[in-house]
Amino acid sequence: MAKPILEVNDLRVSFKMYAGEVQAVRGVSFTLNKGEVLAIVGESGCGKSVTAQTIMRLNPTPPSIIKEGSSILFDGKHEITKLTNSQMEHVRGEEMGMIFQDPMTSLNPTMTIGAQISEGIRKHQKVKKVEALLRASDLLALVGISNPHERLHQYPHELSGGMRQRVMIAIALACNPKLLIADEPTTALDVTIQAQIIDLLRDIQKKTETSIIIITHDLGVVAEIAQRVLVMYAGRVVEQGYLDEIFYNPQHPYTWGLLRSVPRLDSDTKSALVSIPGTPPDLFAPPKGCAFAARCPYAMKVCTEIDPGHFRVSDTHSSACWLLHEDAPNVERPIEAGGRTHG
Amino acid sequence: MAEQPILEVRNLRKHFNLGDGKILKAVDGVNFAINKGETFGLVGESGCGKSTAGRTIIRLYEATDGEVLFNGKDIRKLEGKQRQQLYRNMQMVYQDPYASLNPRMTVGNIIAEGLDIHGLASGKKRRERVSELLNDVGLNEEHASRFPHEFSGGQRQRIGIARALAIEPQFIIADEPISALDVSVQAQVVNLFKKLQREHGLTYLFIAHDLAMVKHISDRIGVMYLGKLAEVAPSEQLYAKPLHPYTQSLLSAIPIPDPQLQRKRERIILKGEIPSPLNPPSGCPFRTRCPFAMDVCAQVMPEFKEVEPGHFVACHLHT
Ligand SMILES: Nc1ncnc2c1ncn2[C@@H]1O[C@H](COP(=O)(O)OP(=O)(O)OP(=O)(O)O)[C@@H](O)[C@H]1O
Ligand SMILES: Nc1ncnc2c1ncn2[C@@H]1O[C@H](COP(=O)(O)OP(=O)(O)OP(=O)(O)O)[C@@H](O)[C@H]1O
Ligand code: SF4
Ligand SMILES: [Mg+2]
Ligand SMILES: [Mg+2]
Repeated sequence: MAKPILEVNDLRVSFKMYAGEVQAVRGVSFTLNKGEVLAIVGESGCGKSVTAQTIMRLNPTPPSIIKEGSSILFDGKHEITKLTNSQMEHVRGEEMGMIFQDPMTSLNPTMTIGAQISEGIRKHQKVKKVEALLRASDLLALVGISNPHERLHQYPHELSGGMRQRVMIAIALACNPKLLIADEPTTALDVTIQAQIIDLLRDIQKKTETSIIIITHDLGVVAEIAQRVLVMYAGRVVEQGYLDEIFYNPQHPYTWGLLRSVPRLDSDTKSALVSIPGTPPDLFAPPKGCAFAARCPYAMKVCTEIDPGHFRVSDTHSSACWLLHEDAPNVERPIEAGGRTHG
Repeated sequence: MAEQPILEVRNLRKHFNLGDGKILKAVDGVNFAINKGETFGLVGESGCGKSTAGRTIIRLYEATDGEVLFNGKDIRKLEGKQRQQLYRNMQMVYQDPYASLNPRMTVGNIIAEGLDIHGLASGKKRRERVSELLNDVGLNEEHASRFPHEFSGGQRQRIGIARALAIEPQFIIADEPISALDVSVQAQVVNLFKKLQREHGLTYLFIAHDLAMVKHISDRIGVMYLGKLAEVAPSEQLYAKPLHPYTQSLLSAIPIPDPQLQRKRERIILKGEIPSPLNPPSGCPFRTRCPFAMDVCAQVMPEFKEVEPGHFVACHLHT
């Protein structure tokens, strides 16, 4: 049996604002096994980054609050929600790594690359400066940066966007983390560099058995790297399963919409893309039933009134949709395997 | 003569002087034209000069050399009222949704800024226009009273789009307008761009690196590499028959949202770093990463030539 590295249970995170409370994450549960790559996808603002940042406790509290009853169990022993700040700093530095969307704002512009990587190493391992620098150079080589020795003396602005992102990855890997969280690691990059970074992450995952959570809105990237997929909508998980289950047997109308709205190179250019009409609900006052009901073409009376909970599709696949209830009408899915649309 | 293009870019150069005698040639001799009602896509690797080209066209940067003609007039010669009129007709959606929104203004005021500057709407009409724009980009009226930091990355990008659309310009430079958005919202925004184009004859310069999306929205596409155009062609043709090795590698690197196809496919993964624009390679700028590079490539910069009607390429394989 695969062992879980991360068990998230009923995670709820809100932001206290002047006008009320933004319920950004509203009961997210999932498990990540050791050595697995999990992709989190979903509409902008659905709570992907807040979920990831809460796992690493990077959200400032206040304004953010982790609600009572939420649990994040890391490596079977650390209850993240209960750790003190200094305990958390220890876990974060030693066992978790995070790659942010924008490498430029997360690297220190006044420090050389070498200093930044070795600082991370020395914070958590008792090694001499020279040793840390040597290790930094090895890490740069591991992430595919040429002339790593010389690069140690360069500053972030002297590197291209793709190289900076790789430096971020090197920093995240500096302490051999058990868990690596990558929040849109390739969004700011073009496809040729993106392909290199994805290859790199895959390679690292194979070599080091690191578990990875990757947040992206690029379903192409998901198809390339993930083993399991979590689809989020309005602060909740609406569907989760193995890669092929989500792409070839999607069950939630939001997932259908998501897969249908991807343009494909082999698709007809002049037709309009299929988008999901409407807007996601206001998280100040989320609806009581299914959060997607207002935009769902299949919504029934029950959908607006009662939250569907999670229906089991297989041992590894579940969907939060009333259509899976045995009394629900049969609807024809507007989508073929692999996201191709009908007609 | 065909009709006059709305925008003509001739031999445009933008060099940054970094001091110590270092000159960074971000845009180095670019030529293209965009017709009214057309969408011209500009793609290429990070750092190749796309944003700089866009910013120089809208005169956020003064060009080092070359001309930008908007409706036949050289924008560099416009001053005072005429220059203001230029901004009434030409708007930009910025790449960075964090830096480009004033953190102290409410979203409603940010969106209405153009309306206020040009005196286009006030009072109830202004409020209605703001709500309408928010809805158009997939946000709600209630968002008008909030501040930018309360929004996610994708939501901020949509605020920037609403701001650019507010004054109904003729021409929009959209710098990676959808990269930060998730796919369903991307589709929504792209459909909105297209709808506005149909209804108001809008013209777009659409900068992006998602080639599938660029293909979807553009009539013609220009591929940039290290400050220069490598290839320009009608979009269908560029995808069916890419001529430049760089374009070929770009197309093969696009991730396909289909796991089974993905597992089967062969990709050209480029080796080597993007060369620095401070110290570009001699000859063809792509030759250090090109799988087909020949001796001549290191010596002579290939000419940007029309090899088929409307299909331009700068590569020694196609002379
Ligand atoms: N500091 C904050 N204050 C108030 N609300 C916030 C704050 N940070 C996030 N939110 C809200 O929480 C919700 C979730 O935001 P989050 O950043 O997790 O979205 P996301 O899924 O990562 O979106 P994107 O794909 O656009 O990055 C959003 O509705 C956002 O408005
Ligand atoms: N204000 C500036 N001063 C100096 N150099 C600059 C300036 N703006 C851009 N550059 C440099 O010009 C080159 C082109 O940058 P530009 O932002 O135009 O690239 P881009 O194609 O838009 O890339 P991306 O896809 O990453 O946005 C880069 O090498 C960049 O470092
Ligand atoms: S529960 Fe109802 S509203 Fe929600 S997705 Fe399923 S059918 Fe649509
Ligand atoms: Mg995010
Ligand atoms: Mg740019």
